[in-house]
Amino acid sequence: MRYLPKSPADRAAMLKAIGTRSVDDLFSPIPPEFRLTRDLAVPRQMAESEIVDWFKQRAKENGEGYTSFLGAGAYSHYRPVVIDALVQRGEFLTSYTPYQAEFAQGTLQAIFEFQTMISELTGMDLANASMYDGSTGAAEAVMMAVRITGRHSAVIARNLHPEYREVLNTYATHQAIPLKTVSYTDAGQIDLKELEKTVGDDTACVLIQSPNFFGTIEDVEAIAEIAHKRGALLIVSIAEAVSLGIVEPPRTADIVALEAQSFGVPLGFGGPYCGVLATKEKFVRQMPGRLAGQTVDKNGKRGFVLTLATREQHIRREKATSNICTNQALVALMVNIFMTVYGKIGLRELAKQNLAKAAYAADQFGKHAKVVFGGAPRFNEFVVETSEDPYAINSRLLGHKIVGGFPLKKFYPELGHAALWCCTELTTRSMIDTAVGLVAESERSVRSMKEVEEEVTR
Amino acid sequence: MKHMTRKATRHISQNEGLIFEKSSPGKAAWKLPPLDVPEVDTATLLGKHERKDLGDMPEVSEIEIIRHFTRLSTWNYAIDLGMFPLGSCTMKYNPRVNEFVARIEGLANGHPYQAEKISQGALRIIKTLSDCLIEITGMDAITLQPAAGAHGELTGLLLVRAYHQSQGNARKKILIPDSAHGTNPATAATVGYAVENLKSNDRGMVDVAALAAQMNEDVAALMVTNPNTLGVFEQEIHKIAELMHAKGGLLYMDGANMNALVGKARPGDFGVDVMHLNLHKTFSTPHGGGGPGSGPVAVKKILEPFLPKPVVITKPDGTLGFEYSRPQSVGRVRAFYGNFGMFIRALAYIFANGPDGLRQTTEDAVLNANYIRKGLEGVYDLPYSTPSMHEVVFSDKLQSKKGVKTMDLAKRLIDYGFHPYTTAFPLIVAGALMIEPTESEPKEELDLFIEAMKSIAEEVEEDPQFVLDAPHNTRISRLDETAAARKPVLRWKPESQI
Repeated sequence: MRYLPKSPADRAAMLKAIGTRSVDDLFSPIPPEFRLTRDLAVPRQMAESEIVDWFKQRAKENGEGYTSFLGAGAYSHYRPVVIDALVQRGEFLTSYTPYQAEFAQGTLQAIFEFQTMISELTGMDLANASMYDGSTGAAEAVMMAVRITGRHSAVIARNLHPEYREVLNTYATHQAIPLKTVSYTDAGQIDLKELEKTVGDDTACVLIQSPNFFGTIEDVEAIAEIAHKRGALLIVSIAEAVSLGIVEPPRTADIVALEAQSFGVPLGFGGPYCGVLATKEKFVRQMPGRLAGQTVDKNGKRGFVLTLATREQHIRREKATSNICTNQALVALMVNIFMTVYGKIGLRELAKQNLAKAAYAADQFGKHAKVVFGGAPRFNEFVVETSEDPYAINSRLLGHKIVGGFPLKKFYPELGHAALWCCTELTTRSMIDTAVGLVAESERSVRSMKEVEEEVTR
Repeated sequence: MKHMTRKATRHISQNEGLIFEKSSPGKAAWKLPPLDVPEVDTATLLGKHERKDLGDMPEVSEIEIIRHFTRLSTWNYAIDLGMFPLGSCTMKYNPRVNEFVARIEGLANGHPYQAEKISQGALRIIKTLSDCLIEITGMDAITLQPAAGAHGELTGLLLVRAYHQSQGNARKKILIPDSAHGTNPATAATVGYAVENLKSNDRGMVDVAALAAQMNEDVAALMVTNPNTLGVFEQEIHKIAELMHAKGGLLYMDGANMNALVGKARPGDFGVDVMHLNLHKTFSTPHGGGGPGSGPVAVKKILEPFLPKPVVITKPDGTLGFEYSRPQSVGRVRAFYGNFGMFIRALAYIFANGPDGLRQTTEDAVLNANYIRKGLEGVYDLPYSTPSMHEVVFSDKLQSKKGVKTMDLAKRLIDYGFHPYTTAFPLIVAGALMIEPTESEPKEELDLFIEAMKSIAEEVEEDPQFVLDAPHNTRISRLDETAAARKPVLRWKPESQI
C-alpha cells in the first residue's frame, strides 16, 4: 500500500521490540466475536491513474463545460490561481488547529489578517476565524442573540435563503426558540409594517438577508431601527460577499453572518464553504468560534495566539457558547488570499462589473418577460417571471449548454413561474443574449399558442 | 541546546509583517477584463446603498502576496514536515491525488442547484462514498450532510431525540463518560439534553456497574468514544449496548478514533445505534490548519426515517436523485449537501487503499502506538496499563516532581522538530500526554520521537528550568496568553486609530 512507509522487516522488528508475535495480538482487546475476519466489501485497491480516471468520468457526468446563471447562495466568481498555489503548500494544508502557537504562527497571523479584513468589509468591530457555512453561521448568530438578550424568540425574514431558514428551524426547535416569519413586499424587500407588528418584547433578534434571496438590497437602517426600538438585536446574513465591494455594509446591525464562498471558494456542489460571524466589540464573549488575538512573547516580540478559549467546548464543555470545534480554516485562507488579491480597489471594481452585468441582463430579459421586484436596488441577482414553467425553459437551455435561473416555486409556491437569475463578472454578454433569446422564443410561442386557443374559442 | 536532536536543525526564517503594513495606494494584484456590457452609474442604481470606501483593505502586488503567504507558511509545522502525534486528531498523510481529483473541473465547479440530470457525477460520488462508509461501520444508512465531527454529533443527537419522540417520550438526559471530548457535552446541551457524567473504572473504561445504576428511562443515549480517549477499546461494549437497549436507550459512538478499527471491527456489529465519522481524521482529508472537516452520521435502520433531508436515492430509471419528501426527518443541518469536496477526497483515499490497504493501515496505526508505548514505558508514567490501540496516554507524574508539566514537555518537543502530542487531555489523567502517531510514520521517525522524548526526560532531571523555558529554537518564545485574553486585540488597526 503506497501510503504506508514500512517494510515487512520493519514491522517484524517492531513487533519483536513490543514483545508480540503477531499484529493480531494487538487487537486482542476486541472481543473475538466482533473482530472482522473477512475483507470489507469496498472497491479493490486502485492505481493513482485509475482513481484520476474514475473521477474524470464523474466530472463529465456533472455539467462539465456548461455555463450557468445560478446563484441563490452559491456564486461563480473567478478564482485567481495564486489561491490554489498557496493553499496547497503543505505547511497550510497539512497543519492542525494552531493550539501550539509557537509552531503555528503562519496560520495564526493569517487568521488575524482574515479577521481584520472581514471586520473592515462588514462594518463590524471584529470577526471570528470562521464557521461551517452561511446557514449554520446564521443559526449560531440567533443562538448568540438569545444569550445576549436573555430573550427567547426570533423574527426571520421570509426572503432569507430558504435553506438557511430550514437549518435555523432545526437548531431552534431544541433550543425552544420560537421563530416568526415576516413576508416580503412587491419590491422583494421585507415588509416593514409587518415587521413592526411582529417584533415584540420577547424578540431576541431580527434576522434578515441583504442582498436578500431575491437579490434585492434591504433598507438595513430602517430594519435596525424597528429591532432596536424593542430591544432586539439585528442579524444580517450576507450570502453574496462580493456585494460588499459596492453595497454599503450593514453598520447598524449587531451581528453579521457572512457566507464568504464568493471570495475565491469553488462552487464544489455546495461545499466546503466559509461562514463567518462579525459583531460589535461588546458582544465578543458571547460569540462562538475560534479567535486569533495579538500578544507578545517574553522578549516583547509580536505574536498571535488563539484566545478567549473560555467560550469554547474544550474548556467549558456543556456551558460553551457552541459545540463547534473544527471550522473551515483552509477555506478561510482561500477567502483571505482572494480579499488580499483584490483589495481596497479591486473588490469595488469587481462588484461594479457584477452590478453592470446583472443590470444589462435584467434590461434584456425585461424586454420579453416580466422582471419582478423591480422597486428596490439589486446587486447581481434578479427575478424573471415567464409565461412558461422555468423548468421547461431550463431544460431547453441545457441543450445549449446553459444552466438557466433557479425556479422559485420550490420554496415560494406563490411566485409561480418566477426564476432567480444571477450574473457575475464571468457571465458574458453573448451568454446573456443567448439565454434572453431562448426566453423570448418561449414567450412568443406561448403567446401564439394563446392566440390559437383564443381563435378556436372564438 | 542541551542535547542534540537528530531530526531538526536551525535554518534562516524570513521575517514578515502584517499584509496591511505592506499596503500602499496604487499597488494591485488584480486585473479585470474589459466590460462587455454598458457601464452603469452606481449612484443611480444603488442610491444611498452605494458603498464609497473599503476602508483599510490592503493594496499589494502579486509577488508580495506570494511571498507573504509563503513566508507565513514556513512558520507552521505540518504533517508534510514530519510526525504530528496529536492524540485523537489522527494527523495522517493527506494524499496529493485527493487534492488533484477534488479540483477537476465539473466537480469543483458544480453548482448545488444544477439539474439532477447534469449532477449524476456528484450524486454517484455521494452514493459510492455512502455505501463504502456503511460497509466500513457496519451500519444501515448514512447522511453526509454534517460539516464536521461536532456537527455530526449534533445531527446524531437530533436523530436520537426524534426517535424517542416518535416513541412518545424525548427523554431528558445524555450519559457521557468523564473521558469524553468536550464537544460531546456541548452538543448534548445544544440539542436540549441535560448531561450526566459517567465515571470510568480503574482500567480507564466505562464502569458497567455504574452505568447499570445510572441507566433509566430518562436517559436518551450514552455517548461513548471507542476506542476511548485513552486509546483503550471498551471491551464490554456489547454489555454496554445491552444495558442501554434494555431500558430503551440508544448507544451513540463518537467515531473520532475509528482509525483503530477500520477493517478490523465494525461498530454496527457491537451494538452501536448511531455514530459519526470524521473524514478529516480517519479518511485522510486535510486538517488545513483547523478545517474544513466532514462529519457523516451512520445509523441503524430504526433511525433512518429521521435522517436530515435530502437523501440520495436511486430512481426507477436507474439515475440518482435527491429525495426531499421525508416526513419524519429532523430537517436540514446545513445548506446544500455537506462538504462535498471532502467526500471526493475521502473516496479517493478508500479507492487508493481497498480492503487490504484499509486493514493494513489500521494494523500499522496500532503497531506504531504500541511501539511508542514500549519505547517510553518507564521513562514516562503510564497511568493505565490497559492495552493500547491506536494511541497511548502517559502522564507527567514523574517530571512534575521537578516542576515540569505536560505543556512544558510539549514545548520542549518543538525544539526537537516534532509537533507536540495532545496535552492535558483526557481530563481523567492529571497532566496527560496523549500520543497518536497514525500509520503514516516510518520506524525511523518513531525512533527519533522516542529518542527525543527520552532526551527531554533526561533534561528534566539535569536542568528543569531549561525545559520550562522552552521552546528555544522557534521564531518566538512562549506567548503571553493571559494578556491576549484580558485585553483582546482581534484585528489590526492603522496607527492613527489606536
